[in-house]
Amino acid sequence: MTTTLRRLTAALLPLLAAHAMAADSPRNARLDDQTQLPKAPARPAGKAYFQPPAEADIPNNAYGDLVRRGQDLFMNTRALAPEYVGNEMNCVNCHIDRGRKANSAPLWAAYTMYPAFRKKNNKVNTFVERMQGCFQFSMNGKAPAADSEVLAALTAYAYWMSGGVPIGKVQPGRGFDEPPPPRGGYDIARGQQVYEKQCALCHGDDGAGRKVGATSVFPPLWGKDSYNWGAGMHRINTAAGFIQHNMPLGRGETLSDQEAWDVAAYINAHERPQDPPPGQWRHR
Amino acid sequence: MFISPARPLALTLCLSASLAALSVPARAADGEAIIQKGGANPAAMPCMSCHGADGKGMAAGGFPRLAGLPEAYIAKQLADFKAGRRENPLMQPIAQALDAAEAAAVAMAYAALPKVQVKAGPLERPKEGSGAWLALRGAWDRNIPECTLCHGPAGVGVGDAFPPLAGQSAEYIEAQLRAWRASPARLAGKKGKAVAAVPPTRRNDPNGLMQHIAADLSEAEIKAVSAYFAGLGETTEPLDASQHRLR
Repeated sequence: MTTTLRRLTAALLPLLAAHAMAADSPRNARLDDQTQLPKAPARPAGKAYFQPPAEADIPNNAYGDLVRRGQDLFMNTRALAPEYVGNEMNCVNCHIDRGRKANSAPLWAAYTMYPAFRKKNNKVNTFVERMQGCFQFSMNGKAPAADSEVLAALTAYAYWMSGGVPIGKVQPGRGFDEPPPPRGGYDIARGQQVYEKQCALCHGDDGAGRKVGATSVFPPLWGKDSYNWGAGMHRINTAAGFIQHNMPLGRGETLSDQEAWDVAAYINAHERPQDPPPGQWRHR
Repeated sequence: MFISPARPLALTLCLSASLAALSVPARAADGEAIIQKGGANPAAMPCMSCHGADGKGMAAGGFPRLAGLPEAYIAKQLADFKAGRRENPLMQPIAQALDAAEAAAVAMAYAALPKVQVKAGPLERPKEGSGAWLALRGAWDRNIPECTLCHGPAGVGVGDAFPPLAGQSAEYIEAQLRAWRASPARLAGKKGKAVAAVPPTRRNDPNGLMQHIAADLSEAEIKAVSAYFAGLGETTEPLDASQHRLR
């Protein structure tokens, strides 16, 4: 560390400490002023979503190897990182097309938005902390250490995919573009009808999904092998956004907003592992 | 266990007690016999004459493998041929000539034969534009999921609705993709004479999941992706619940 930098740090430390104290005091915590990640703007007419770089352009060097390892983990999370995954979910289940698809929470629209404040845990989260949340809640598992090989590889993959996206500039297609709540509210019974007609074919009447060997092909939507109460997908609006844009697979944006809300409510009305994980779930 | 919905009411009544206990078809059609010798109606030709003695199909004629396909899938296809939801000049008359008990018995017999298994390989890194790419990555810019997302790792099939693609010939897979794909009419012009629109001849995909995919594939892509699955080969190595198949 240079002398100048040391001096600067010394000068800043009291300021930082004061700031931390202020934030710790409930009276001073102005949560309503804290902005979460902004909602994604609509895609301008005639303009394409950001196109992430091609897989073939991952360089053939040590960095490229880490990026490819990240992609492998992203697609085969349960198989390749079983110590951190407590259910039958893989990253790619919620982030379609290997985390590339717009409105399926693409990595290219997420990576450049962190660090960011999140109400969920009431603090500023780094991208790594955000991914640790995925492991704890969506995967109902255990967060890999921030400096673990798994998170290093996933970070490298997200970084690579975000090449060309301006830092801190919210991109159209970010998140799940959640549809507004329907005027007349949502209806679980109606959601069940949508489910039986459109979803049960793959995810099963019991919501347990389907496997080939040990590999989950269609992810479980509820029950002991699905995401837990803390997962983003457990919020009806988030699930509705994912469903409306991406389900049924390959036929996204065919369900109405109302149908998406109804079926999201139906899915999330079922039992699932609770929060906090892991080891809390009891087999019935 | 199958109980024919077509059996006569009188028979149903007098046999219902014993049937409930035994849970066997009213007229036990012998699936293996039908496969080898055909059905009671002579128009129901022996299945093996086209689908092979081992049920693995005949590539040259585009006749599919039936061995190890899910019973419910085979039964549905026979019903769909019969009802015209799946058009085929050879199979439709045969499906019509099989009665319900025979169709059920054939489906059961073929499902009992060994299911296709593909040797576990290392993670594939497909080249963009190749058949493997479509199979493993899809074409999401056209809302085409990777085939293996529904048909399972290495295309070994998932449940009753998503049949194995592995174990089928390129000829058969190509023919099905074309059957799902309707081709629009083309006006006469530089490219040649006017061509009439061809409606899809296969309209039995659950929830319309296949039709839009086939419609958006180019002829070259159909050929490439069919060749990919046909080239996966088959192994006797079993896949059990302890094994992962990476994608």
